Amino acid sequence: MTFLTLTGIQKKFGTTVAVEDFNLSATKGEFVSFLGPSGCGKTTTLRMIAGFETPTAGTIVLDGGDITYRPPNKRNIGMVFQSYALFPNMTVAQNVGFGLRVRKRPADQIQKRVSELLELIHLPDKAGQFPYQLSGGQQQRVALARALAFEPEVLLLDEPLSALDAKIRVSLRQEIRAIQRQLGITTVYVTHDQEEALSLSDRVVVMSKGHVEQIGTPFEIYNFPATRFVASFVGQLNALPAKVVDAGAGRLTVGGQEIRVSARIEAAAGSAMSLALRPEMVSLGDGPEGSNRLAGTVADVDFLGAIVRMRIMLADGVNVALDVFNEPTLKLPTVGSSVTISFPADGPLVMAPGSEAGAGSSAAA
Amino acid sequence: MNRFGAWWAWVIFIIAALYMLVPLVATFGFSLQQNPTGEAYRYIFNDPKFFAGLGYSFTIAVITIVISLLIIVPTAYWVRLKLPRLRPFIEFMTLLPFVVPPIILVFGLIRSYGRPPLAITSLPHGSDFVLIGAYVVLSFPYMYRAVDAGLASLDVRSLTEAAQSMGSGWPRILLRVIFPNLRVAIMSGAFLTLAIVVGEFTIASYLAPWSFAPYLSQLGVFKAWSAAAVSIISFMLTWAAMGVLIVASRGSGGRIQVAGAH
Repeated sequence: MTFLTLTGIQKKFGTTVAVEDFNLSATKGEFVSFLGPSGCGKTTTLRMIAGFETPTAGTIVLDGGDITYRPPNKRNIGMVFQSYALFPNMTVAQNVGFGLRVRKRPADQIQKRVSELLELIHLPDKAGQFPYQLSGGQQQRVALARALAFEPEVLLLDEPLSALDAKIRVSLRQEIRAIQRQLGITTVYVTHDQEEALSLSDRVVVMSKGHVEQIGTPFEIYNFPATRFVASFVGQLNALPAKVVDAGAGRLTVGGQEIRVSARIEAAAGSAMSLALRPEMVSLGDGPEGSNRLAGTVADVDFLGAIVRMRIMLADGVNVALDVFNEPTLKLPTVGSSVTISFPADGPLVMAPGSEAGAGSSAAA
Repeated sequence: MNRFGAWWAWVIFIIAALYMLVPLVATFGFSLQQNPTGEAYRYIFNDPKFFAGLGYSFTIAVITIVISLLIIVPTAYWVRLKLPRLRPFIEFMTLLPFVVPPIILVFGLIRSYGRPPLAITSLPHGSDFVLIGAYVVLSFPYMYRAVDAGLASLDVRSLTEAAQSMGSGWPRILLRVIFPNLRVAIMSGAFLTLAIVVGEFTIASYLAPWSFAPYLSQLGVFKAWSAAAVSIISFMLTWAAMGVLIVASRGSGGRIQVAGAH
């Protein structure tokens, strides 16, 4: 059942449209992420849910009640900020108990709830410390506990991990997800980090230039991108210029070499198209029978730890990135050597050529 | 820093220290010139006018500080939070007391509030009210800059929004979140205001000639040694105030920077 609904939300700052026709229905206990580049309107939308911005048009309904114009302090929505926003003059326990003191809960109840939450975030011994005595990761956990202490109906997180280093980011995001599942609280999470969004969320809202590009599960978003922007923004992507040879038979040419795809092509023979192909779909070598094969030379070999990313240059200068899992016996080709790469016919998506950043390039970043 | 740089730093430090200390030592020496056993100080502590003047000036200063804080803190906070474009205008407005000389200000005040329809100075404590009003205006540049510098060291927007999301209204945000985090900045502005009000002569000599600065001036005419002794006592009081400020900033774990005073 729908718990949080945003309908036809628009936000203008002067003549600039920050968010346009935003629609979302989230169920109780769902974890939804807003994913997109800077300036796409994801934080503005979150701030409208929190009540810090008022929509120019549209409605926000929470648990059946219209909260579009309700002040933020009357919404019962918890929020975690990128900058932690812990009150410097208060101890950890006072910070966590702040929302309960506002609600005039009895002192013993506040103390009990604060202890519960400090246990939940694994910081029971930090109750008497001040925020400046904690690390960034600890501060953000306290901020999470503070936002949950008064049992809000919705939890909002605005890029909560961006100020932390990589290792802490990964461990804390797992912690956030575990706590969210344990409490079953409806959560909206804003991030520009696709890995965060895909790993945490029940559903992801991909946004660009104030518009929703696609809403779907992480699996749908990654494997079946609805737009060229989603395909290029989420995950690594080869966007290869292709020309249709026979749309009905799924035949195209890439880098002057013919391939066959099982995806439906809605263009006439001779039309320019774009072939969206994930690096992990491409293999070095001939591949199984029926695979598409392209000949090229190795332009780059980048060792990235768990994977090795190679860039293969086709005859007419088109680059294809491919990923190979690292293993001790792996034999890597040398730069400049001639190789054959292959990918299955059902691997690529065929899209109309677009103008988004990266779309015109022929290899993943 | 190389040895040459360190050497120069010491030279500058010593010159600056001498610049500050020599007049003080000379004043102290002068206060003991007539009677090395401290007669000048005994005279001061036995003079009821000294305590009356000092008490009056301190009372006026405290009231000025409270009114100034009630005006400046919410204004500076609101400008930072909601009206950042107005900051240059507000800064200009708070600098106006530097532009209008106190003698012009006091004559303006006497002309405005010394005769109908706003003859406030003829009311009981009327002169006190006018004096406090004048001092509140004089304190604006010091108080605003101290508070604004304190606000600059805080993430005012996020703190406010965090408090709002937890159900806080504006009074609680100001009293529980903003004011406590501006403690050192407020104290810094308050001590500057205290020093200005206690030492202000021009306005006080017209509206409250019994206050501390006119008393000191009169004393200088008749008992110069005691006037020097009062100056030393004033320094002591200022240092005591600075000591309180340092203790307060230590109490906040060194986390809140000393704002203002620049």
